[in-house]
Amino acid sequence: MALIKYNKPLKSNFYLLKISGKYEAKMGQFFMIKKDSQFMFLNRPMSVYDLENDGIIFLYKKIGKGTTVLADCKKGDEISIHGPYGNGFPMEVEGNIALVGGGTGIAPLFYATKQLKKTCKNNIIHVFLGLQEKNEFEASFNNYGDLLQVNYGGFITDYIPYEKYNTIFSCGPELMMKKIEKQARKLNIDHYVSLEKRMACGVGACLVCTCQTKNGNKRVCKDGPVFRGKDIF
Amino acid sequence: MSGLLDIDFLEINLKNPIIMASGTFGFGREYAEIYDIEKLGGIVSKGLTLNPRTGNQGIRVWETSSGMMNSVGLENPGIQSFIENELPFMQSLNLAHIINISGTNLEDYVKACQKISREKVDMIELNISCPNVKENNTPFGIKETTTREVVKEVRKVVKVPLMVKLSPDADDIIRIAKICEEEGADAISLINTFKSFAININEKKKIFKNTYAGLSGPCIKPIALRMVHEVAKQITIPIMGIGGIVNYQDVLEFLMAGARSVQIGTANFINPKVGEIIIKDLENYLISNDISNISEIIGIVD
Repeated sequence: MALIKYNKPLKSNFYLLKISGKYEAKMGQFFMIKKDSQFMFLNRPMSVYDLENDGIIFLYKKIGKGTTVLADCKKGDEISIHGPYGNGFPMEVEGNIALVGGGTGIAPLFYATKQLKKTCKNNIIHVFLGLQEKNEFEASFNNYGDLLQVNYGGFITDYIPYEKYNTIFSCGPELMMKKIEKQARKLNIDHYVSLEKRMACGVGACLVCTCQTKNGNKRVCKDGPVFRGKDIF
Repeated sequence: MSGLLDIDFLEINLKNPIIMASGTFGFGREYAEIYDIEKLGGIVSKGLTLNPRTGNQGIRVWETSSGMMNSVGLENPGIQSFIENELPFMQSLNLAHIINISGTNLEDYVKACQKISREKVDMIELNISCPNVKENNTPFGIKETTTREVVKEVRKVVKVPLMVKLSPDADDIIRIAKICEEEGADAISLINTFKSFAININEKKKIFKNTYAGLSGPCIKPIALRMVHEVAKQITIPIMGIGGIVNYQDVLEFLMAGARSVQIGTANFINPKVGEIIIKDLENYLISNDISNISEIIGIVD
């Protein structure tokens, strides 16, 4: 159990949730989170939005039963959290990098941008976000990315100069990642996608989050959530 | 080892009566990364079939009040791949390893059991109760005739202890348990998940591609407990109680109702370390209640 430091509502039903404690995680990894409530039986997998010295931050959107319970949490409430789980994005990548996030898929990309800025000092890092409307968290990407482009209500995939990049990390709607993969294949770009699935155990045992890949069934929680785009689409 | 929780189940000496249920613990590898799983009494393998299965399409998990529904559909690598790649790991662990075998027809059940029976395994758990297999809308364990048939034929080829896992959807679970005993089963485990249903009201569509799914978790516990209690009175072979156990109090209820050990399933998803927590709590309970061994409480509630 850990204490909630804040649970801040943002526009479009987004929330920033900070949980106190010391945590470690690789970019793209996730934690299992649960509030004790009769409306929330299973843990919810949430990828790391940011890590600070005194806590961990998650960006989520109030959509279903579980996130509604989370949205009602207040500062000082107790919450159960365990992890990190999953493989995460590759730590060392080649050349110019683009990070593309759509909707809640933006969540893992802030921490990824921040980490890449440390590990890939000589690479250019560009961030592309697709949102319904302007949101206050987006500006913080400017602190780490060399360029930030946000599109509201359209397709962010239409605004990416693909030929500039050697590596792309993407997370968001399937259609978005599929479109990127199409370009990536054409231009020989290393494309990594982070997938989202309903989970139960989160550790690779129960097989409810299986996804189909070119190499057979894989567990999103354990073999992923990050896969090579070419193995998925 | 304090010896407080030691218990014999058939010829197997368990460190404690806590066994991890099939389909919730893989083959043990993932949880071994999280805690020392050798503290457990045992683990039951993911359900295995003669041939590999890719499992069901579509949504495989759905949350419900105090429980969850799953529609995994017995995704597994098949018995041969299991023997080559996973069994050595399970055998290397200092705990009881029980191999769960499923099938969609009699021949496959017998062949799979024959194969695994040639290996060094502590026990086979015969799964005649999975509600998630499309080819098999009525699991063998629902009807008396099919139960008798599969247990009889499997018994002929199985040399190791044989436990049969029953379905709560059985026509008459007491009759089914008696038939298993008559046909030579060494033990009974009950219960598997309940066949259940969920609908997306906005889309006016069923949630699961396979229509029905298996319900598990605390919401089924009182029914599971009642079934263990009823069956325990009617058979002489030992019982492993299963169904919605999440803490040591639940374990005690199942033992007092007549189970000789228990399996923990869904609770692993809520807290991956639940096994070691329950074992510690059980020890404390026995100490504070001045009970020298857990076997003293088995079946004490009539």
